[in-house]
Amino acid sequence: MTKRSSQMDSGSGVSLGARLIVAAPYLWLLGFFLVPFLIVLKISLSESAIAQPPYLPVLDLTAGLRGLRDFVSGLSFTNYFTIAGDDLYLFSYLKSLEVAAVSTTILLVCGVPLAYAMARAPRAAQPLLVTLVMLPFWTSFLIRVYAWINILQRDGLLNQALIRLGLVEEPTTWLATDTAVYIGLVYSYLPFMVLPAYASFEKFDESLLEAAADLGCPRWRTFFVITLPLAWRGLAAGALLCFVPIVGEFVVPDLLGGSEATMIGQTLWTEFFANRDWPAASAVAVALLVLLLAPIAIYQHLQTREIKVRQ
Amino acid sequence: MTSGPAPSSDLPAEPLVRFESVSKRFGNVAAVDRLSLDIYSNEFFALLGPSGCGKTTLLRLLAGFERPDEGRIMLGGRDIAATPPHRRPVNMMFQNYALFPHLTVAGNVAFGLRQDGLAKAAIAARVEEMLALVKLEGLGHRRPDQLSGGQRQRVALARSLAKRPQVLLLDEPMAALDRKLREQTQFELMELQARLGLTFVIVTHDQSEAMTVAHRIAVMDRGRVVQAATPAEIYERPQSRWVAEFVGDVNLIEGIVLKTDAGEAVIGDKRGRRYRVAADVAAGAQISIALRPEKIRIHAGPAPPDAPNTMRGKVCDVGYLGSVSTYKVQLDDGVVVKATVANVARTSGEILRTNDNVWLSWPPDAAIVLTA
Repeated sequence: MTKRSSQMDSGSGVSLGARLIVAAPYLWLLGFFLVPFLIVLKISLSESAIAQPPYLPVLDLTAGLRGLRDFVSGLSFTNYFTIAGDDLYLFSYLKSLEVAAVSTTILLVCGVPLAYAMARAPRAAQPLLVTLVMLPFWTSFLIRVYAWINILQRDGLLNQALIRLGLVEEPTTWLATDTAVYIGLVYSYLPFMVLPAYASFEKFDESLLEAAADLGCPRWRTFFVITLPLAWRGLAAGALLCFVPIVGEFVVPDLLGGSEATMIGQTLWTEFFANRDWPAASAVAVALLVLLLAPIAIYQHLQTREIKVRQ
Repeated sequence: MTSGPAPSSDLPAEPLVRFESVSKRFGNVAAVDRLSLDIYSNEFFALLGPSGCGKTTLLRLLAGFERPDEGRIMLGGRDIAATPPHRRPVNMMFQNYALFPHLTVAGNVAFGLRQDGLAKAAIAARVEEMLALVKLEGLGHRRPDQLSGGQRQRVALARSLAKRPQVLLLDEPMAALDRKLREQTQFELMELQARLGLTFVIVTHDQSEAMTVAHRIAVMDRGRVVQAATPAEIYERPQSRWVAEFVGDVNLIEGIVLKTDAGEAVIGDKRGRRYRVAADVAAGAQISIALRPEKIRIHAGPAPPDAPNTMRGKVCDVGYLGSVSTYKVQLDDGVVVKATVANVARTSGEILRTNDNVWLSWPPDAAIVLTA
């Protein structure tokens, strides 16, 4: 329209420094996400070998064009066929999705009311409440999971408390069960659910709640017809922040869970460190990534649709 | 200026809304302080006062968002102080409109009707009716952020009227509109109120708005009603210096009643001037004379010898406002009196200039004597 905007379009008026600043996040993603991913992708198409590195083919730059041709012809999708053909991997993926779905649901049920109560608390108390939610981060994640082992083991705090309260006669087995995994996951990820949810409740216009009450809507219903629809983006962000890393979670199920059904993170670890099969492990990782793109894409789609509707 | 019934002259016996010595405190501050007030059916009633006077708190008490610490709030003869807002037959139009951003215009208007569990067809018909009422036909599918400020205001109005409330509460409904739109909306509100036969209670800090729309005005100060009356009564017969100064411009002259005779008092100020004022006051009382600027006549030459209450002075400031001009006239002893003159001729505004010598006069019935 104006001189100014055409200048912006051609980019001739933008200084090098400004371009660098715009480029910085892309360079970061290129260097620390795309390049490593391409390496993993390449390894997943290779073949396991007793060598250094433990896979074939390796690109031999000194052999020139012939070396490159050998390299390309050496790549294959064998590892993906193996993964698809073996029930172990399929069950592992399904188990991961199940654990992630169940614990995200529990996190929503626990975290949303907590975030809502925080946002409705007196203004002066809110910074303290946010600090309290973040306080566990001050201790190492591993140490906190080890503490849970202490609490959940046969003569641990939980069983002692239950026996003293007379709720059970004999110590219950907590450790190495799915329950322990869920306890550990919900405990570890709760801040990631609470903080985005709190952020979206906190900026909520209080007069909307009054307007709903004024028009005859009882408080509990207002939460479902006004608060939730307006805060869903924060809740979805929180759910995604929990769901995606939980699918690939390794530490919690490895330390607190049983050995009968392993999650995909553990399977990957086994392939990599126990079997030293880097190509298979890489294929598992790439498949996991593709699996996780789905929920992120759905979230993105919903969000852009909402923005379009608003315009 | 008011349309429909003017309830001041013939108020029905039973008020629709009655505040009975209601108090509401926030911490140590009494936002509403032992306040009593009656609002009648079919009235367009305004709560007017400076910010912090408690007018919005009073409105929120009526809506149910605040509970009174003391006193009773009666609606149609029933105490509603403990009734939650969603069970009150009262609807509010919020200052920021509080439209639900995730619902369409029609969804917003239908919201209250849905709470009552009305049939879909009935809701749709009512929404159409309401949108037509506020002249927003065909915009039902839009979202609030696709509307202009004036359109949003109309949606808020339609939404608050959709349930046919016994009382419609309006919290500074025109604060966000520009002046032209505000004036137009004021007349539309008056027309709506008369047509629907509802009781409107409006909160405003804008006195001209209150005087334009309302049948009666309650002027509030520090949690109390200082005067509740028709706009004309409040302007022409304020009960206290505070009301006289808050509503419109006024010259206040302090003095003592020297003598009274047949409804006319002679008042002397501390500089020895004498004034004749039509008032029924006891001799010897300490009073203030309240004199509206437009009731003072201003003469370029010496006032006629029979003119009452003449004063001589010099123009020290001229404010040309188009329809009227205001003159600040400094009297010989330094006191400044404000006088307003309608610019009846196109050249009226050019006659008097700063530093011109002028004479002021006003008839005995132009001023009012205030003892409070």
